[in-house]
This record gives sequence, structure tokens and C-alpha cells, in this order.
Amino acid sequence: MTDWPLLSITTFLPLLGAAFILTINGEAKVVARNARNVALLTSIATFLVSLLVWANFNPGTADFQMVDQASWLPGFDISYKMGVDGISLFFVLLSTFLTPLCILSAWEAVQTRVKEYMIAFLILETMMVGMFCALDLVLFYTFFEGVLIPMFIIIGVWGGPRRVYAAFKFFLYTLLGSVLMLLAILAIYFNAHTTDIQVLLSHPFPAALQSWLWLAFFASFAVKVPMWPVHTWLPDAHVEAPTAGSVILAGVLLKMGGYGFLRFSLPMFPLASHDFAPLVYTLSIVAVIYTSLVALVQEDMKKLIAYSSVAHMGFVTIGIFTVQVQGIEGAIYQMLSHGIVASALFLCVGVIYDRMHTREIARYGGLSNRMPQYAFVFMVFTMASVGLPGTSGFVGEFLVLMGAFQVNSWVAAFAALGLILGPAYMLYLYRRVIFGKLTREDLKSILDLSPREVAVFVPLILVVLWMGVYPSSFLAPMHASVAKLINDYQLVQTAGDPASLALR
Amino acid sequence: MELPNFSLALPEIFIALSAMALLVLGAFRKQEATQGIAILAIITMVVAALLVPAAGGNRAETFGGMFVVDGFAVFSKLLVLVASSLCLVMSINWLVKEKLERFEYPVLVLLATLGMLMMISANNLISLYLGLELQSLALYVLAAYQRDSGRATEAGLKYFVLGSLASGMLLYGSSLIYGFAGTTGFDDLAKVLAHGGIPVGVIVGLVFVMAGLAFKISAVPFHMWTPDVYEGAPTPITAFFAVAPKIAAFSLLVRVMVGPFGELTAQWQQVVIFVSVASMLAGSFGAIAQNNIKRLMAYSSIGHVGYGLIGLAVGDQVGIRGLLIYLAIYLFMNVGTFAIILAMRQKGRLMEGIDDLAGMSKTHPMMAAAMAIFMFSMAGVPPMAGFWGKFYVFMAAVDKGFIALAIIGVLTSVVSAYYYLRIIKVMYFDEPKEALDRGVSGSLSFIMGVNALLILVFTFVPSPLVSSAGAAAASLFGG
Repeated sequence: MTDWPLLSITTFLPLLGAAFILTINGEAKVVARNARNVALLTSIATFLVSLLVWANFNPGTADFQMVDQASWLPGFDISYKMGVDGISLFFVLLSTFLTPLCILSAWEAVQTRVKEYMIAFLILETMMVGMFCALDLVLFYTFFEGVLIPMFIIIGVWGGPRRVYAAFKFFLYTLLGSVLMLLAILAIYFNAHTTDIQVLLSHPFPAALQSWLWLAFFASFAVKVPMWPVHTWLPDAHVEAPTAGSVILAGVLLKMGGYGFLRFSLPMFPLASHDFAPLVYTLSIVAVIYTSLVALVQEDMKKLIAYSSVAHMGFVTIGIFTVQVQGIEGAIYQMLSHGIVASALFLCVGVIYDRMHTREIARYGGLSNRMPQYAFVFMVFTMASVGLPGTSGFVGEFLVLMGAFQVNSWVAAFAALGLILGPAYMLYLYRRVIFGKLTREDLKSILDLSPREVAVFVPLILVVLWMGVYPSSFLAPMHASVAKLINDYQLVQTAGDPASLALR
Repeated sequence: MELPNFSLALPEIFIALSAMALLVLGAFRKQEATQGIAILAIITMVVAALLVPAAGGNRAETFGGMFVVDGFAVFSKLLVLVASSLCLVMSINWLVKEKLERFEYPVLVLLATLGMLMMISANNLISLYLGLELQSLALYVLAAYQRDSGRATEAGLKYFVLGSLASGMLLYGSSLIYGFAGTTGFDDLAKVLAHGGIPVGVIVGLVFVMAGLAFKISAVPFHMWTPDVYEGAPTPITAFFAVAPKIAAFSLLVRVMVGPFGELTAQWQQVVIFVSVASMLAGSFGAIAQNNIKRLMAYSSIGHVGYGLIGLAVGDQVGIRGLLIYLAIYLFMNVGTFAIILAMRQKGRLMEGIDDLAGMSKTHPMMAAAMAIFMFSMAGVPPMAGFWGKFYVFMAAVDKGFIALAIIGVLTSVVSAYYYLRIIKVMYFDEPKEALDRGVSGSLSFIMGVNALLILVFTFVPSPLVSSAGAAAASLFGG
């Protein structure tokens, strides 16, 4: 099995499914049913293939594994090259894991243009997986930008009342960030004469150039993460996107920024990363504290969770730029955990939104009476979100703070404030929605989770607990890659300018 | 007397003879033969396209050095022929539906194409001017072809007056160059300018020549005619204007700048940079407020010209290759988009408002998908081909250190993304008001489909275009 191009199969299998759905024709109802089935089967098959990737992954090495390569652009050293290491492996799995759940969650919620919806999601999956697997900068950029197209359509077509504004804001903000990265990629090409990421990881860039390149990449990733103050697209996009769109947005798209920092900024521009780390710390701390406070006063559930995402991603960026084993592994862990938990929370909101068609917190209350199962599920994810020990959220936050303390105790202290504010707004949300008296008439007939919804949440709960109780099954595979990343980084810091390093 | 080598100009001679024969045929058979003549004209172009590569790949001159054929010319001529024939294919149906069947139409397109081919192969200021005028005169007539329509007449007149002004400037510049350098041949000019000082008069003349050519590619500050003419001219003609003459004029500009005035790169580079930046800005900001899709396409084309000019501003082989790739992709995006605009009919009438596209994704899903592909491509979002056009151009700019130019380029591309997205928004997010007619003609659907497919597939198979554009650019610098 190992000689199969597993990563390319994982990447392009959804595209095949999308092409197949495109050929479905006939009566509207039949088309919708078939489109749903094909999309679900394709995404599950993709997930199974990605499990094979995990099974074949050798945690003992920091090298890229399962590398596929083919020539692409003639006359340049730019090729189609895919591969995973310990850092990207779980992001691939995260994408393939969430997509079937998204499709399942939209089973009944989406009734208009089902065919197009499913096609958009499968194309989105191809782009996401491809982005995490890409081992060539230009290929990476293609996937990175390509994500915008299906997401724009998903928000704009199936979104809420202000969907047009949100879709445009999302698209233009992200595009503005990424075009600068494109120029940086071109500059890299002319400095290193290749865009092969494997080669670039050890290419010494001149110190002056590093700063510019770092800033250009930062422009792109900071918008994606999103970091304060360029986070404003996120609440809009989340609120207006359909549930499954929010799930992918929170679950995977935000991780693209963090992944970018890990994959490019740190190893390729170590000197600049070192210089700019205080900037990242400052922005992240502002994000953690400010957006937590903003989350406290939100009236809209999705908006609250969106702001909490910004705060949680603040931890991630702090962790990455500590460049400590704990900090980076914690950041990756936090991203994975947030990918699962925030997605689950959006799905939770989706459950009651499907029933009541409102996300206003004040419209709910006392749901525990009518929906005990739902109350339990919501509680698990609320706890995971605030970082209760035993859930996935705890491991990530703990490791990040541990890493941060070793570098700068002030940063850690401020970030720890987020640990207090986080429970404040989450528990406040939970109390207002779930507890209290069931006073509203229309809530008295609300139904608990359907079997389909249970099927969506059970895997998520299992993963959250698994990640919380036994983190090593996730931390062990990333260990070698993270250690190499940090080792290379420290080597450059002690050696100073990479030009002199190259001469030795 | 030695006879010139006619074989090099075989495609041009063939088109010229065919055009005359078709004219005679039309005169005898009257209007009912229009469709037949159009089809014959398309066949003529296809045959010419087959003759072009046969006429030469290596650089060769004929007619006393007035006419040159090289890899660059072959590439550009093929683009022009593809563009012209596709536009003619789109026109046939339109001519029938609008009851404008006159046999002059295909013949004029043929003559304009002949002029473009002459421009591309021009190796002398005189042959340059002849080709340019042959093209322009045919286009003036075509712009005013719908002569009962006030707007079309206005467009034709405007185009004629401003175009003549531009031609006049070009001619004046040529005379200055001749006066100061003593020759009109490109090869001799290059030699004269390479040895000894560069007279100021030549530089002044060069600026005038550039002004004339900038008019033809509708670059800022000579772009004012574009929105009005695009809007007023009949849509298939607009499609034709948007693509073929631009490719030809671009090729001409490249040949003039890189060839005889290669020594003056430092002088013309700053002008081209200014024109490029101004075009990108005007194109992206000007289009935002447009409600007529043809006007929007006019501003969009101004913007695209700006991006293409980045390639020329860089002025080396990588830059010209980027420009050629850009032009090729621009051709397919634009022809495809105009095919869709031509298919926008309500109760048989052609619609031009962006709002008329509302809800098209529901009524015409495939057409809307094709339009979305073209719009994303024009905005330069990967994996569409339009991204690669920009990629290669910016690549050249970054390589030569034109970072500021590249940054302005990418930022304006974000601005322009706004109005391309607006079209997608109207098609996908808005509810249909009055549905467009069903039953799009086969030829239009074919053009849409093929172009959309090409735009999509380019990402996966870039090598044919990139390699041939690279070879074409190399031929310009190798000889």
C-alpha cells in the first residue's frame, strides 16, 4: 500500500466526487438525495484514506513522508510535490474528519441547491487537504487561495441576511493578505531558485530580506488566523455562514494561518521570527484579552463563539513564537483541539438554529428541560472550550502556557488571563441558553437531538475525550518534526546571519 | 530585379486574396450569402493559422526588410487568428438574430485581421503604419456597423476621431524618428542607436509613437474612448475590439520597444511604468461604479492592459514571456465572457445591465458556472488560468527588482476582485428578476464551454502555452 500516492488520492478524491455529483441530473428531490449520498460517501472514503496516511506515518523521523512528485511548470524549479510530516499530518486528518460531519449536519438544514452545496464542500475539502500536503510554495499558494472560491460561494449562497457583505469582506480581506505573500513567494524563488519547501527549509535567506518576507507572509497568515486587529472579517463571516460553513471556517481555515507560521515563517525566516516575536506576543495578548471581553457582551451565539475563536487562536500564535517544544506542540494541539471544539460548538448552535431559526441568546433559556441530550453535548464542548482537564482544550492551553513561561513570564501571565475570561463567557453563554426556566412558548415543543445529530456529535465527543485523556497518540507523531524545527531555529540564532552559516 | 520571398507572407497574402474574393462573391450573391461568407471567412482564418507556423519559426525578413517573421510573430499571429475567428463564430448567430446580415461584416473582420498580422510582422515604421491603418479603418467601420443605432454611430465616430488623432501622433513621431535617425527600418534604427549618441528628437518621436500605440491598446492616459466605444459598438464587435487588436498592438509595441529602441530602454521604461500603473489604477477603480457589463469589461480590459504592460516594463525575456502568456489567457477569458454577454437575451433582446444577470445560477446553471470561472480567472484567483497570467508577469517584475510596480499590481488586483465578485454575487446570491431566455445557440455554448475548460485545465497542463510563449520571447531576443 505504501507505494500508492496516498496524499494525492486524499486530495483529489473529493474532487472526483464533486465531478460525479455534477453529472447527476433529473428530478430535484432525487438529485438532492443522490448528491447528499455521494458527498457523504466520498468524504467518508477520503477520511478512510487519510487514516491510511496516519497508519503509514513513521513517527520516528522528521522528514517528509509519502512524497509524491511530478513536474509541473516547465522551465522552473516549481513542481507538484506533496508530502506530510508530523506538523501537517493531523491537519490533514482534521480536514478529512470534519468534512463528512459537515455534510451530515447539512443533511436537512440545506434544502436549496443541494447539488451545488455538496460540490462546493467537496471542492473545499480538496483545497484544504492539498494545502496542508503541498510541499511546493506555488502549489501551496494555489490551494491556499483556491479555498476562497468555494467558501465565498458557501457564505454567499446559503448564508444569513447579511451574507453578501460577509462574503465580500471575507474574500477581499484574505485576498489582500495573500497577494503580498505571492510577491514574497516570487522573491523567494529568485533568491533560492526553487519553491520546493523541503529545500527552502534549510535555505539561508539574507537577514534583511528575511524581515520583508516575514512581513509579507505575516500579512497573509495574520488575516487567516485571524490576529487582532485584522480579525474583523471573522465574526461577520461566522455569523452569516451556514452552520457547516462556520464549522469549516473555524475548524480548518483558521488553522491555515497557524500552519503557515509553523511551516514557513519560523523555519525559513528564523532571524526575522526572532525579531518580530514581541510583535506577535503583543497582538496575541491583545487578542486574548480584548476579544474575550468582546465575547462577554455578545447577543448572538455564533458571534460569541467567533470571538472566542480569535482568543483561542491568540494562544496558538503565542505558542508558536515561543519556539519551545511545549509551546509549539501546545500550539499545534490547541489548533487541533480548537478545530474540533469550535466546530462542535458551531454545530451545537446549528442544532437549535435549525429548530428555532434564531441565534439570539435571549431567545433561549431552560433548554435542559426539553433537551437533556443536547444539554449534555453542549456541556462537554463548553468544558472543552474552557480547557477543563480531561478534555482536549486543557492539554493545548497548558502546554502553550508552559512554553510561554520559559520565554517570558509576562506574556504567560497576560495570556493566562484568557483562562479566566474564557470560562466566564462560555459558562455565561451556557447558563443563559441551557439553564433557567423554560418560559418561551415556542421552546416548549422543541425536540431533542435526532439520531442523525447524535451521529454527528458522538465522534466529536470521543475525539475530544481521547485528546484530553491520552494526548501522546497525537503528540508522539509530531515530536520529531517539532524537535527538528526548534533545533534548526536555535542553530541559526546562535550562528547569527545565515550567510555566515552557509560559509562554514 | 530580385523577387522578394513571398512564402514568408503566405498567410497574409492568402487572407488578402480571400477577402477580395469574398467581397466579389458577396457583391454578386447579395445579402443572403452572409452566413456562407462568414463561414468561408472563418475557414480562411483557420487555413491562415495553419500556414503561419509553416511560414517560419526562424527569424527571416522579406520585402526589403519591411516584413519580418520569427517565433514571436508566429505566436502572436496565432493568438490574433484564434481571437478573430472565435469572434466571427460568435457573430454569425448575432447577425441573424439582429437582422443585420450584410456580407461586408465578415470581410471587414478579415481585413482587420490582415492589418493585425501585418502589424505583428512589421519591421519598418512604414509597414507598421500601413498595417495599423488597415486594421483601424476596418475597425472604424465595424464600430458603426449597426448604423441605425445612435449609440453605435456615436461609438464609431468617436473611435474614428480619436483613433485618427492617435494615428496622427504616431505618424508625427515616426517622422521625427526618421528625421533624427535617418532611417525607418527597425534593424537600421537599432544599429544607428547602438552606435553614437541618442538624439533628443528620437526620444521625442518615440514618445509620440508610444502615445499612438497606447491608444490602440487603450492604456491610460489614452483610454478615454474605451468605455464609450465598448458600450456603443455591437457586442460581437466589442468582443473583437477587446481581444484581437489589443494582442496585435501589444505585439507591435513589444517589437518596437525591444527591437529598434532596445538601446533606449532606460528612457521608455519609465513611460511604460507610468502607463502601466495608471492603467491598473484606472481599470480597477473605474470599473467599480459601472452598471453596464460592457462598460465594466472596458475598464477591466484597461486594467488587464496595465498588468500586461508590467511585462513590457521589465523589458527582458522573462517579462515578454509573461506578457505573451498574459495575452493568451486574456484572450480566452475575454472571448468566453463576451460569449456569455451575447447570450444574455430577454425576449430576444440583448441585455447589457449587470443586474440582468440576477439569479442566473438558477436559470442557467452551466452558463453561470462558466461566467464564475471567467470572473475568478480575471480576478486572478488560483486555480484559474488568470492567476498564472499575473503570476508570470509579477514574476518578471520581482526578478528585475520592480517591487513597487508588483505591489501596486497585486493591490489593484484586489480592488478589481471586488467588481468581478460583484458579478458572481449578482448571478449566485441574488434572486432572479426576469429570467434570461433559454435556448442559447450552440456556437455560443460551445465557445463558453471550451474557454471555461481551457481556463480550468491550464493549471494542470501549463507547459504547452508556457513553453511556446517562452520560445516566442526568446526569438525576439535571440536574433
